[in-house]
Amino acid sequence: MSMVSTAPAPKMPEKHYLNATYGIRSWLLTTDHKRIALLYLASVTFFFFIGGFFAMMIRLHLLTPNGLMLTADQYNRMFTMHGVTMIFFFLIPSIPAVLGNFFIPLMIGAKDLAFPRINLLSWYIYIIGGMFTMWSMVNGGVDTGWTFYTPLSTVYSNSAVAPTVIGVFITGFSSILTGLNFLVTIHTMRAPGMTWFRLPLFVWAHYATSIVMILGTPVVAITLALAGMERIFGLGFFNPAMGGDPILFQHLFWFYSHPAVYIMILPAMGVISELIPTFARKKLFGYPFVAAASLAIAVIGFLVWTHHMFVTGQSTYAAVAFSFLTFLVAVPSAVKVFNWTATLFGGSISFDTPMLYAFGFLGLFLVGGLTGLFLGCLGVDINIHDTYFVVAHFHYIMVGGAVMGYLGGLHFWWPKMTGRMYPEWLARIAAFTLFIGFNFTFFPQFILGIMGMPRRYHVYPPEFQIYNVMSTAGASILAIGYLLPMIYLTWAAFYGEVAGENPWPATGLEWKTQSPPLTENFEVTPVVTWEAYDFHNRPDLGLEVPGGHGPRIVAPAHGDD
Amino acid sequence: MHRTGALFGQFKTLEQQKDTATLGMWIFLVTEVMFFGGIMLAYTINRHTYFHAFAMGSNTLSLPLGATNTLVLLASSFTMAMGVWSAQTSRKQLLSIFLMLTIILGFVFFGIKYVEYAQKFHHHLVPGKNFDIGYCVHNPNMCPDVSATELQEEGERLDAAEKADPNLQAHAQLYFSAYFGMTGLHALHMVIGAGLLFWLLKNSFSGQYNAEWNTPVDMVGLYWHFVDIVWIYLFPLLYLIDRHK
Repeated sequence: MSMVSTAPAPKMPEKHYLNATYGIRSWLLTTDHKRIALLYLASVTFFFFIGGFFAMMIRLHLLTPNGLMLTADQYNRMFTMHGVTMIFFFLIPSIPAVLGNFFIPLMIGAKDLAFPRINLLSWYIYIIGGMFTMWSMVNGGVDTGWTFYTPLSTVYSNSAVAPTVIGVFITGFSSILTGLNFLVTIHTMRAPGMTWFRLPLFVWAHYATSIVMILGTPVVAITLALAGMERIFGLGFFNPAMGGDPILFQHLFWFYSHPAVYIMILPAMGVISELIPTFARKKLFGYPFVAAASLAIAVIGFLVWTHHMFVTGQSTYAAVAFSFLTFLVAVPSAVKVFNWTATLFGGSISFDTPMLYAFGFLGLFLVGGLTGLFLGCLGVDINIHDTYFVVAHFHYIMVGGAVMGYLGGLHFWWPKMTGRMYPEWLARIAAFTLFIGFNFTFFPQFILGIMGMPRRYHVYPPEFQIYNVMSTAGASILAIGYLLPMIYLTWAAFYGEVAGENPWPATGLEWKTQSPPLTENFEVTPVVTWEAYDFHNRPDLGLEVPGGHGPRIVAPAHGDD
Repeated sequence: MHRTGALFGQFKTLEQQKDTATLGMWIFLVTEVMFFGGIMLAYTINRHTYFHAFAMGSNTLSLPLGATNTLVLLASSFTMAMGVWSAQTSRKQLLSIFLMLTIILGFVFFGIKYVEYAQKFHHHLVPGKNFDIGYCVHNPNMCPDVSATELQEEGERLDAAEKADPNLQAHAQLYFSAYFGMTGLHALHMVIGAGLLFWLLKNSFSGQYNAEWNTPVDMVGLYWHFVDIVWIYLFPLLYLIDRHK
């Protein structure tokens, strides 16, 4: 049944976006969305490993109850810089700015994003913001926690808060511009025949993400601007000594920072919505519901922010309302999980690496999502607020969900981005290493949280040691799991097997052009006449589909698994 | 992407290009609304909690200067709209004239704002160690620009406000935090707008804009009107809190 083995071996195309022009200028001044995506790829990878270094410092330190090597003050700086780097400089830009940037124009059949120069500008803004934050890291670091709560950050902290806040403020505009670019592109740049309900769900997910970026990021920008001006010029909105209100800062901060979680997870959901139909060889179950669920998550996500503030003494009635809304946001998330699972039913599933990541995502997101419901429950939250239970929960969402989605997407699209395949078996081993390392690191933290270990402390009672040792051991496995893909994906970009136009094969428009694509993406603008993920009506994919409109497809996606 | 005439390579038609730019600009303005929304929320909550301090602070602002600036900005919106119309009807000279008028009105606004800011510095009304809401009342010879009758009224208001709010000094600083924060951000937007206007003017001198190609004029126009609208809100919020006797 395998189509791949009978076809002649694919060759690298002569002309593509990578060899169209050469030289450092052709990269730093490019307006090609694909090259900008690679610029982002290099920069977010850099920040990921910086943030990972801080994480390793935290885990090493917590090997022993009295702490291995850091003072309390150093420890505070480590977890703060871990959070700041990972959230603002890795997770938020990762999937949108790398994969979204690269594939949204390809998926909708456009030559580029609507505003290519603004796209380049957003990368420069990101780098400038990153430089401010890096500067503060080498000048003593920050110790406020990534949340910059006032008045600690504005009055009392004796660390480099101002440059960090300025860096995060600046980087926010890169996110705003990316979201703006995506929204406009999806509205105005679609190829003929690419109707809204033929859009790949990856594009829908980014549409929803962009809405959050557009409406949320300006609010955190003004909040950080006010906090920064309070620290530098002595304004007083968040300073109780002047009658200001620190809780107001928390409201404004979480008004963005909770939806920001959806900036991280929605694009990952978009990736999963591409992976599952491709490797199950089946049309995604309930397409319009999955698309609508993305929008619902984006909208409801704006109405749940005070569940981060249940212990601030806010009105009980408000807390009840926000608790209810928090439960409500689980509904569209569950719709997605059920629809992905239903897609698998009766599919012809193959276990290529991207699909392993998709399965990893499903399991870890499920755990992360359900523990989120525990935390959204008022009574339970009072008990486990600010414990390791919270830490474990959001790492299941952000690392287990967002990073798994990101890596799954990178593997899935690496043949399109570089024209070459990654080494399949090594990649599968890495995916398993990651999954095992991840669970080893973060599952013990749920138990620690239930036992009452608070987060952000540099010492702990001896009875917690066994779980902390497990967590640290898992983190070292996890580190190997992250180093492996970085090494072999880089290797594969130069020496991997030539992939050809559509190695899986998958149904999206991005697979209808050469790999790597031309600078202008398509030789002629494509005309779309098919629905998304419709394997049945796609003779161009070269699949043998018994009976055309038949109920199931037997050929596996790739190889002979 | 290379530009062919006035059409950028990623677009098929000028119409698509114009729609794209317009949508992008409106979305950008939405982000601006959210941006100013945050500080307006902080203002609203504090004004509600510390009304007496806010009324006291508001009354130290000069109504004639604020009202003049409002009129100046409204006029600049008019000249900007006329500039957009000139571009759309290919009246190239008229476009340059209206752009220059808009820039001049913008600078009149800056001038008046400078006078107001300087006054606040001289009167010790900048949040910080030297802040003193009663500075002019207690040191009338340091405030020669305030007339005796005004000072007397201010003194009466100060007594009443101090009775109503024992922590007036601290809370009045919140008012001036709002005043400098909001007008400062607005002025920053004006500076960016003025820069854009200069850029348009340069292009307008070389005759770039006409009935076919006027998107930049249109977009800067939208931005300029938005910044004006922000001021239309700021004026009553900051100047007119408690003006009735």
